[in-house]
Amino acid sequence: MVMTEYPEAPKVRGAMPSIDAERAEHGPAKMTARDVSVYYGEKQAIDSVSIDVFSEYVTAFIGPSGCGKSTFLRSLNRMNDTIAAARVTGEIALDGEDIYASGMDVVQLRARVGMVFQKPNPFPKSIYENIAYGPRIHGLADSKADLDVIVEKSLQRAGLWNEVKDRLADTGTALSGGQQQRLCIARAIAVEPEVILMDEPCSALDPIATAKIEELIDDLRGNYAIVIVTHSMQQAARVSQRTAFFHLGHLVEYGLTSDVFTNPAEERTKDYITGRYG
Amino acid sequence: MSPALPILLALGLGLAAWLFARARALTFRANSTSKRHSALPSHFGWYAALWVAVPMALFLLAWGPISSQLVMADVLDSPAAQDLPAFGQQRMAILAEARNLASNPGGPNFYDEARTLAQVYAESSQFYTFIGVGIALLIAGASAVYVYLRLKPDLAARNHVERMVMGVLLAFSLVAILTTLGIFATLVFETWRFFGMVSPLDFLFGVQWNPDPMSATEHIDASRYGAVPLFWGTLFIGAIIAMIVAIPVGMMSAIYLTQYANPRFRAWAKPALEVLAGVPTVVYGYFAALTIGPAIRNVALMLGVSNPSSESALSAGLVMGVMIIPFVSSMADDSIAAVPSAMRDGSLAMGATKNETIRRVLVPAALPGIVAGVMLAISRAIGETMIVVMAASTAANLSANPLEAMTTVTVQIVALLTGEGSFDHPTTLAAFALGFVLFLVTLALNFIALRVVKRFREAYE
Repeated sequence: MVMTEYPEAPKVRGAMPSIDAERAEHGPAKMTARDVSVYYGEKQAIDSVSIDVFSEYVTAFIGPSGCGKSTFLRSLNRMNDTIAAARVTGEIALDGEDIYASGMDVVQLRARVGMVFQKPNPFPKSIYENIAYGPRIHGLADSKADLDVIVEKSLQRAGLWNEVKDRLADTGTALSGGQQQRLCIARAIAVEPEVILMDEPCSALDPIATAKIEELIDDLRGNYAIVIVTHSMQQAARVSQRTAFFHLGHLVEYGLTSDVFTNPAEERTKDYITGRYG
Repeated sequence: MSPALPILLALGLGLAAWLFARARALTFRANSTSKRHSALPSHFGWYAALWVAVPMALFLLAWGPISSQLVMADVLDSPAAQDLPAFGQQRMAILAEARNLASNPGGPNFYDEARTLAQVYAESSQFYTFIGVGIALLIAGASAVYVYLRLKPDLAARNHVERMVMGVLLAFSLVAILTTLGIFATLVFETWRFFGMVSPLDFLFGVQWNPDPMSATEHIDASRYGAVPLFWGTLFIGAIIAMIVAIPVGMMSAIYLTQYANPRFRAWAKPALEVLAGVPTVVYGYFAALTIGPAIRNVALMLGVSNPSSESALSAGLVMGVMIIPFVSSMADDSIAAVPSAMRDGSLAMGATKNETIRRVLVPAALPGIVAGVMLAISRAIGETMIVVMAASTAANLSANPLEAMTTVTVQIVALLTGEGSFDHPTTLAAFALGFVLFLVTLALNFIALRVVKRFREAYE
């Protein structure tokens, strides 16, 4: 089978053989992180994390608050660059290409690695303009008709089209919380990313809206590598195929979701999953 | 009655009451076994001091005008006043002189009658001061008795003091509001008189401004009071030329300072920009009149404009624009900073560059706040007086050529009120009508701007 550019498996204590089997079956990882540490000034938030993220899978990052999972997620599309004190060491690669290399175009990187935030953050523009924003700045549409197609397709894929097709000119901030979050997902997929990072996308939503987003994540996974940070273990169990457990800046355990939840290799994972702490 | 007297009385008696009540409270404390008290000794002190001083001070405040009326009535009733001329300036002058002599016997003395009247005046005012102080002391005494009877260990002095403090604060805040109402009433009253002589239609829509202070009040030519050239000059200088300078410069400096500048540069550049707001406008006036005006004239001459004015609308407008820059930039700065960082992150995460994020997300989101800032800046600019008095002309021209001399509402107000005109001539009264229009326009601009800012704040909180 095809080997990745990083032949050695991630040095994770809890790494399970089954993940290597998946790799063999599934080809090279979409994104690979090796010995990644993130510092905010003097404080170390992430300590040498190595992990592979695959296409067509949903990878869930779980762990107690402050364990660094969001920090790590934000280093995957270099959103940490916006924080002046943040510093990343180690290597993160997208399709084998180091994203922290000096020649890397951050603008292109973020177009390929999209992001959905914890709180829905539609721009204070119309629904149409929210979706058209990305394609416009990246020049993905040659004409108004092209753009219309992209907007409709993105909204359809985000399961929002039927709810908003008659009011595309309304402002995006007037939608309900769950609709806003689906709008943000539609906005992210409008630029045809390869990876979608989701930072606790349901934490501000009610259970019904959450269920819709989870359904949507499941529908989308065939086309993207999706990484989702979540506080809800049920959510991780429902939507993900891979689960990584972070604790105090360390990656404790990474494996198939079914294995991590039913048969964790590490005591700490077991304690967290059974609600002993966190 | 000297104004120092009520103040000293109130302070002195208040202090005495404070000390006494505090001492009482300390003895209550000493005799009490409980550790928990309804109020601290100083609360008792303030309770007593305010009760003793405030009613008395209020009475003395009211007594001032009442007693001067009574004194005047006394003086006019006196036999010495019977020979006074019945009406007119001379009668007023004699009475004024008598008042002066009464308090300052060595002062100038032109009328013999005044000297005798001063005697009556002094006696009478002494009498009424005596009565006033007497009543004040009675009031203070009554309050003191009332307070003394209520000074008990369980008196909730703390809560009483709290309520009294609220009353004092309310009184002070009313001062500002009542002053505004007073200003408004003056303007309305004088404007009403003006519109009795010149029709509002002629004033608001006439295009010729050439008031004649020498014309007889019976023969007013209303067509000379057309204020449109003034309104135009004000708009052209304050709202057009000044904003053409202030909006781009203010916006761009705000964007640079909030989005690009490193903290160390921002730390000194922002205050430096705000210093512009603290420069006295008269200094801007020099700058406009002595530097910019002649410079513009010279450039215009070089460009072949024949006979350009050194008091052009352009020079006043440019300098006013510079004065307004800090208003625009600090409002734009605040509104851009108030846009949630989630918006910025959302845009950056889409792969937008910093510049695209600013242009397409941050500025549109901050636009209501920026517009409000511009409106406040315009209202500031059209009410600005000193720069235009020094740099703009007094010639009322209705023209779109910025090199031409133009005048503004404020310049005309100054010109009309600094003349020798009497206050029942429309030339002088026109100043109030102009002021009234200016007041309404700036009030409307401020009101709308504040509403816009409020709605913008609500949208993001």
